[in-house]
Amino acid sequence: MTETPSVRTLVLNIPDWPGHRAGQHVDVRLTAEDGYQAERSYSIGSAPGMPLALTVELLKDGEVSPYLVEEVVPGDRFELRGPIGGYFVWDADGSDEPIFLVAGGSGVVPLMSMLRHRRAVGSNVPAKLLYSSRTLADVIYRTELDEIGAEVIQTLTREQPPGWKGYGRRVDAEMLGEVQFPPEQNPRVFVCGPTRFVEAVADALVGLGHRPGRIRTERFGGA
Amino acid sequence: MGIVSRGFRGRGRGDDSGRLPPGQYLTDDFPVLSAGPTPHAPLDRWTFTIEGGTEPVRWTWDEFRALPSETVTKDIHCVTKWSKFDTDWEGVSVDTLLEHVDQDRAYAVAYSDGGYTTNLPVEDLTDGKAWVAFAYDGEPLDPEHGGPARLLVPHLYFWKSAKWVRGLRLVDEDEPGFWETNGYHNYGDPWREQRYWGD
Repeated sequence: MTETPSVRTLVLNIPDWPGHRAGQHVDVRLTAEDGYQAERSYSIGSAPGMPLALTVELLKDGEVSPYLVEEVVPGDRFELRGPIGGYFVWDADGSDEPIFLVAGGSGVVPLMSMLRHRRAVGSNVPAKLLYSSRTLADVIYRTELDEIGAEVIQTLTREQPPGWKGYGRRVDAEMLGEVQFPPEQNPRVFVCGPTRFVEAVADALVGLGHRPGRIRTERFGGA
Repeated sequence: MGIVSRGFRGRGRGDDSGRLPPGQYLTDDFPVLSAGPTPHAPLDRWTFTIEGGTEPVRWTWDEFRALPSETVTKDIHCVTKWSKFDTDWEGVSVDTLLEHVDQDRAYAVAYSDGGYTTNLPVEDLTDGKAWVAFAYDGEPLDPEHGGPARLLVPHLYFWKSAKWVRGLRLVDEDEPGFWETNGYHNYGDPWREQRYWGD
C-alpha cells in the first residue's frame, strides 16, 4: 500500500508469527541469487494482534529500502527476524499515565503502532501525537490519523497548503511547551525520527522539566 | 544461504577486505543510537570511578586527562547493521586505569550518565582491547557520540562501548546491562553475529 510518494506499507503473512509489542522492529534480510545478503531494521506499524505491517521509507542511497518500496510485489518472499526491542515499547497495561508521542518523518511508524494498539484495546490513556513532516504529501497515515482517537498535532516544515491550521516550522521548545502533557502529569514520552530531530526534541523536553528517564528515543541514522 | 528474494541484486559487494562482519554494511556517516536524551555532564563535576577492587579508585577530569593516553584507529560495528572503518580515537587504555586497582574480578559493568549500563568480561577490557576515549577524529568527543568520554571496545558490537561512561563496577558474577536485558545478546561478537537473545 502506498502511503506517500516515497513510503510504502507492506503487509506480511508470516507463519507462526509470535506477536509483537507496540514500538518494536524487525530485521529484514534479502538474498540475491549469488548469495549476497543485505540486512536492515524496520519498525512495525501495525497494532499487536493484527497482521504484521512494515512501513518503509525509500532512502535514495539505500540498498534494502528501494527493493521493499519499489520492487516487491505480493507473493514475493524474504527473510525476517523479530520482533526485536524491549525498551521503546508501549503496552496498554492498565497504567493511566498519559503518553506523548513526537515523530519526525517516518519516525511516526512505531508510534502509530502504539496509537493503533491504544485504539484497538479501547484504552482511556490520554495520548497526543506531535508529528513533523516536510509537506502535506509526505504525511504518512494521513487519513487514519483523523480517526485514531488521540489528539494529533501536525507541523509542516517546508511547505504549508492554503488554510493550513497546524504549525509551519520545525519542532522547537516553544511548540513542545504548547502541545505537551506537562511534566507534573508524569507522561511517558516517546520520540522517534532522524538523529538531529530526536536530539533537538529530547534536549528541549529535558529543558521543559521532563525527567530524562521518562523520555524514550529511537533514532534513524545512516543509509 | 537464505530464501532468494526475487529481483534483489544488492549493491554492497564493494567490500572484499574481509573487515566487514556478516550482516553489516559500510557507512561513512557516524549514526547515533541511544535510548534517551543526551546527558551533558559538566567537566568540573565529572569523575571516573572503578569499583570492586580493595577500595574504589576515582579520577577527576583533570586527573583522568593527566594519565597517559593512546591514539588508536579501529573499525567499529553497530548492531543496527552499520560498520565504519578506520575511526580515529584518543583515550586512556583500560589497562592503564586498572594498574591503579587491586582486583581479581571476572566481569565488569560499565555505567553511564543517564543510567545506561552494559556488561563485559574483564578479559575483553584488558590487553589493549579497550579504552576510555575522550577524542574522536582529533576533536573532543561530541555529547551525542558519548562525550565527554565513552568506553571504546571495538571488537564487540558498539552498544558495549558505553557512551557518557562514568565508571566500571567489577564483579564476580555477570550482570546483564541495559540492552542485554532488553533483547540484545549478552556478549555481542560481530563476527559471530551475536545480535540478539538466542544468537
